[in-house]
Amino acid sequence: MSAAATDVATTGARARGGAAIDPASRSDRVRGGLFRALLLSCILVSAGMLVTLLLDVGLDGAKKLSFDFLTNSSSFNPDISGIYPALIGTLWLMGLCILFIVPVGVAAAVYLEEYADDTKWWNRLIEVNIQNLAAVPSIVYGILGLAFIVRGPVDVFGLGQGDPIVLAGALTLGLLVLPVVIIAAREAIRAVPPSIREGSLALGATPWQTIWKQVLPASVPGIATGVILALSRAIGETAPLIVIGTASFVAFAPSGPDSIYTAMPIQIFEWISRPQPEFQQLAAAGILVLMVVLLLMNSVAIWLRNKYESKW
Amino acid sequence: MIEVDRVTDKPPVTPNLSTQVAERDVARPDVPREAVFALEGVQVCYGDVPAVAGVSFELYKNQITAFIGPSGCGKSTLIRCLNRMNDLIPSASIRGKVLYHGVDLYADGVDPVQVRKRIGMVFQKPNPFPKSIYDNVAFGPRVLGMKDDMDDIVERSLRKAALWDEVKDRLKTNAFGMSGGQQQRLCIARALAIEPDVILMDEPASALDPISTSAIEDLMLELVGQYSIVIVTHNMQQAARVSDRTAFFNVDLDGGRRVGRLVEYAETEKIFTNPDDERTKEYVTGKFG
Repeated sequence: MSAAATDVATTGARARGGAAIDPASRSDRVRGGLFRALLLSCILVSAGMLVTLLLDVGLDGAKKLSFDFLTNSSSFNPDISGIYPALIGTLWLMGLCILFIVPVGVAAAVYLEEYADDTKWWNRLIEVNIQNLAAVPSIVYGILGLAFIVRGPVDVFGLGQGDPIVLAGALTLGLLVLPVVIIAAREAIRAVPPSIREGSLALGATPWQTIWKQVLPASVPGIATGVILALSRAIGETAPLIVIGTASFVAFAPSGPDSIYTAMPIQIFEWISRPQPEFQQLAAAGILVLMVVLLLMNSVAIWLRNKYESKW
Repeated sequence: MIEVDRVTDKPPVTPNLSTQVAERDVARPDVPREAVFALEGVQVCYGDVPAVAGVSFELYKNQITAFIGPSGCGKSTLIRCLNRMNDLIPSASIRGKVLYHGVDLYADGVDPVQVRKRIGMVFQKPNPFPKSIYDNVAFGPRVLGMKDDMDDIVERSLRKAALWDEVKDRLKTNAFGMSGGQQQRLCIARALAIEPDVILMDEPASALDPISTSAIEDLMLELVGQYSIVIVTHNMQQAARVSDRTAFFNVDLDGGRRVGRLVEYAETEKIFTNPDDERTKEYVTGKFG
């Protein structure tokens, strides 16, 4: 505090005579304490659920978790059963999914942020639609994927011939999370200050050069974070994969985009639905592996955000 | 004071300040000047609301022209018409003619991108790109596909902007690490790199401290030998110090709406010592605004 401010404060205290500031009243303190306790208990409910879940899964799954579990295929014998094909299947799904959602999602976001004229009704309709699509139940995307991508007119360019191949699964999951990517990318693009665009255009850059060389590089951290968060949602999705007919028992890892595959959530679901307790433990171990992969992806997102965070 | 000294004490690159001003004084009177811009009845509206109307005047080559006036008088709006930056605001529309060397900038078939290659702009707040100092300067020449050696262009531009000596050892570091005044000179260097004909400056020193402001003003006086400069400023002393001609704008109440109008346009000396219009006199003597 500056000398002048101190002067003012002491002068004020003298004018009031005696104590400068009244002590807090008892009822204020009690109410404040109660409110704090209420907030804390709300936190404890959600944190407690998570800890219980983790402990339960951890204790069950730890018995089956081993290096062999990661490298073995699924088997009817729970002692040698592993998650390898499902793990690799999930990685294939995520990889192909990225190839689909990044270009499509970013391009859609660039259109909506940089080109679309908000005063036109069709652009506003698209915006509302994208926000609604983000809330559509995932099973609906499964039905869409089954009708149009696996069997229907798209049929993944004839590769699948009606079979549920990796590419079909990746495209279905991609459609599911595309709205999330578009919304995240739009926010990242909007966060680039207009002064950067003006500066670039004032140098004779075309709108396209401005977007490609200034706006998009500056919004990469936000876009990357959004993509990874979208993938975090996709990796745990089970319902759409079940609907499009993803195999639940595959003994081999997929060898290409047109292979039959299984994914971790499907494998976990399949183990859980068996009566023997040993398969329940396998399911718990599978959940642990899934959570580790998820945690790794989220860590990458946080790392990206901190590393490239722009300071306007 | 350090920055000011650096700007002025550099004879090999930039001629001594006082001699340059003297040369311009000699060259100034009597000669019919070549007009860079000729505005004819320019009116700019945002939506249906006119921001500035009825502006007709000529801006001359190798002069610094200052736009002064109270807030809301449309001077920033007008300067942004000179390189079609108002195109970025969807609701903005313009009537009248903005002739640049006789070509109407708003005629059909004129590409705003081509306009901005010739007419550079420096903004109120320094807006360096989130890149290295080098890449900031090189961005314009790269997107325009200029063929010269890029290192040469960068050095030449930074020298012209009186920034080279301060940054030559850290060209690859991020431009955000510079001071506000240095960032603004970097933005000027960036504008110079594409070799424009005119530089528009929209309150270039309003976000800067007095020393940096002084450095920018010295820089403008050095650059005006090669370029034509238009500056919008709230600072009347600044207009008096640097400009050759001054345009005074005022806000008129026009049927209940506030519209900016050009009140008086003359040589700076006349505007500040012997203006024709009473409103100009009141403004420059600080009676209002």
